[in-house]
Amino acid sequence: MLASPPANAPFAIRHHKPEALREALRKMVLIRQFEEGAEDCYVRGLIHGTMHLSIGQEASAVGLCMALTDDDKITSTHRGHGHCIAKGAEVGRMYAEFFGKETGYCGGRGGSMHIADVAKGNLGANGIVAGGIPIAVGAALSAKRLNPGSVVMSFFGDGAVNEGAFHEALNMASVWKLPVIFACENNHYGMSTSTERSSAQPRVAERAAAYAMPGITVDGNDFSAVTEAGHAAVERARAGEGPSLIESVTYRWRGHSKSDRNRYRSKEEIDSWVARDPISRFATLLGEHGIADADAVAAIERGATREITEAIEFAKTSPGPDPAALARDVYAPDSAPDDSAGVPA
Amino acid sequence: MNVQAPTLEPAVRELSYAEAIRDALAVALETDDRVILMGEDIGIYGGAFQVTGDLVQRFGEDRVMDTPISELGGAGVAVGAALTGLRPIYEFQFSDFATLAMDQIVNQAAKLRFMLGGTVSVPLVMRFPAGSGTGAAAQHSQSLEAWFGHVPGLKVAQAATPHDAKGLLLAALDDPNPVMLFEHKLLYKMKGPVPEGHYTVPIGKANVCRPGRDVTIVATSIMVQRALAAAETLAGEDIEAEVIDLRTIRPMDRATVIESVARTSRLVVVYEGTTTLGIGAEVSAAIAESEAFDYLDAPIIRLGGAEVPIPYNPELEKAAVPQVPDILDAVRNLVRGVT
Repeated sequence: MLASPPANAPFAIRHHKPEALREALRKMVLIRQFEEGAEDCYVRGLIHGTMHLSIGQEASAVGLCMALTDDDKITSTHRGHGHCIAKGAEVGRMYAEFFGKETGYCGGRGGSMHIADVAKGNLGANGIVAGGIPIAVGAALSAKRLNPGSVVMSFFGDGAVNEGAFHEALNMASVWKLPVIFACENNHYGMSTSTERSSAQPRVAERAAAYAMPGITVDGNDFSAVTEAGHAAVERARAGEGPSLIESVTYRWRGHSKSDRNRYRSKEEIDSWVARDPISRFATLLGEHGIADADAVAAIERGATREITEAIEFAKTSPGPDPAALARDVYAPDSAPDDSAGVPA
Repeated sequence: MNVQAPTLEPAVRELSYAEAIRDALAVALETDDRVILMGEDIGIYGGAFQVTGDLVQRFGEDRVMDTPISELGGAGVAVGAALTGLRPIYEFQFSDFATLAMDQIVNQAAKLRFMLGGTVSVPLVMRFPAGSGTGAAAQHSQSLEAWFGHVPGLKVAQAATPHDAKGLLLAALDDPNPVMLFEHKLLYKMKGPVPEGHYTVPIGKANVCRPGRDVTIVATSIMVQRALAAAETLAGEDIEAEVIDLRTIRPMDRATVIESVARTSRLVVVYEGTTTLGIGAEVSAAIAESEAFDYLDAPIIRLGGAEVPIPYNPELEKAAVPQVPDILDAVRNLVRGVT
C-alpha cells in the first residue's frame, strides 16, 4: 500500500482516506445488488406496484453524498434507492418498505417511490418529477436559519429541468444565497424522451448561468470526478456562498420502470454504457492505488450479497400493517409536536 | 354608606378583519422565532390587500420575505421549510394563484406525513384572499376552498369575522398539519371586536352565531354576514333563523349542523363557491346520512355560486353569487312552503 497518494492522483484518492474509499465502493456494490435483488423480488411477484432502478448510476449517488454528513439533508426522486443507501439507510428497512411491511421506513405506506430515511437526513424520494427541488430549497432556508453550516442536496433527473419548479427553485435559492446543491443525474432520457428531443439546451449545467450560480458537467460514472464536483459545491454552500448546479452524466442500464420495453434506445447504446460500468472503474482505480485488491473487492461483494439476502428475509418475515390503522398519520396529533423541529433529530 | 362602584368592563378594541390578521401575524412573529412570512409583495408594499402592512418594518426582511412571482416554487419552499423546523405562513396574493401551486399543496404538503409513515410533519399555514365582489373578474375572484377540502391531510378554515380571523390563524399556527385559511376580500375592511394578545378559535368547530327555531342556515365566510342580515329581516316576519358559521370545512363539524337541523327541520346552505360538488353537497349529505333526515319538513336548499366564471360587469358579478335577497327568498319559500 502506498504511504501517501501521488500529487497527480485523482481527487478522490488524494482527498479521502482508504477506509472511506473502500466504504464508498461497498455502498456502490450494495446499491447494485440491492437493485438486482429488488428486481428479482418484483419478477417473482413478491413486490407489487412498480419501481425505478438505478443500476449504472451508483457512482453518482455515492460520489455526490461523500461530502455530506448526517446533519445534511437530501431530497430524492422516483429513482431514489441509490440515494437512500448512499445517505446511510439500512437495506432491510428499505426492502420491508417495498414489501409493504410495518417495519419499512414508511410503515409500508410509501413504497419505492416515497422511500425516505428522515433520521439520516433523507427527506424522501418523490413521485412528482421536480417535486423535491423547491422542498430542498425550503430545507436549505431552515438550514441557514436553524443549523448554519449544514447543507441540502437535491437530486433530480434530466427530465426535471423542464419543469417550472426547477427554474423557480433555482432562482429563489440563488436570490437568497441558500446552502443547497442541485444535483442533476442526467441519464439521457426522461422516460423515453431523450434530452436532445426534449431540451433546447441539452447541456443541463448551462442552465446555471440563468440563475447566476456555478454549473459543472461531470462524468457521472467516474467516482472521483463526481466526488470532486460534489465536494466543491458543498464547501461553497457551507461557506454561505450559495447554491451550485452539478450535472452528473450517467446512464440507467434498466428501463424507466417495470413497463419499459426499451423501444427508444438500441442494444448497442446500452452495451456501450455497460462497458463504462462505474463500479468496475472505481474498483480498478482503488486497485491501481493499492487501496483495494481483487480479494478485497470480492470480499466486499460477498459481504453485500450476505447483507441483501438477510435484508430480503427480514422484509419477508416482517409483519404487515394492521388494516385498522388505515388512517394513521394522515394528520399529526393536534397538539403541537413535542420536538422543536418538524423533523425529529 | 357603601356605594359600590360600577364595574368597568375593559372595552375590547375594534379592528378590521385585515388588521386582525396582521395582529395575529405580529403575535406569532413576536412569540416564535421559527415563524416566517412568505409571499408576493408582502414586504414594503404591505401585501396586495395591506394585510401584512408594516410588519416588514417591525420584524425585518428575514422574517417577512418577499418572494419572486413563483407560486409553485414559493409554496414548495414553504413546504420544505415547514418540514425541517420553521413555521412558515405563506400568503397567496389571490387564492386563484394557488392553481399554480397545486403540486406542492396537494401532492406534497398534504401527503408527506402519510407517505413517510408519520416520520415528519408539515406545520404550514397558507392564506388565500378569495371571493368575488371587487370587479377583478374570473381569474381573481374564485372561491376554491372546496377543492382543498377534498384532500385528506389538509385542514381548511374560513373566518367570517375579525375575531375569528385572528383566532383561527393562531390556532392554525399551533396545528402540526398544513392549514389553509381562505379569507374573503370583501371582509378585509369589516370591523369587529378583537382581543389583544394570544387566543385561538378551534379548528373543526362550527359556531352558532344566531339561535333560531324555524330554519337552519349553514354558511361560510362572507355568506355568514349575509345570512345574519337576512335573519334579522326574517325575524321581523316571525321567522326565526338559526345561523351556523361552519368556520372549518375540513374537518367539518357535522354534529353541530345535525343537532340544529333536528330542531329546526329545515336547512339552507349558503356558500360562494360553485354550487355543484361543493360545501352544500357535503352539508346536505351529512343531514341525509344522519338521524336529522327524519326530521326534515322540506327539501334542503343549496344556495351557492352560479355555474359560471365570475363575470366582470358589476351587476353580473353580483348575480353570480348569493346575495341577501336570495337568502330571504330561499328561506321564505322553505318556511312557508311556497316553491
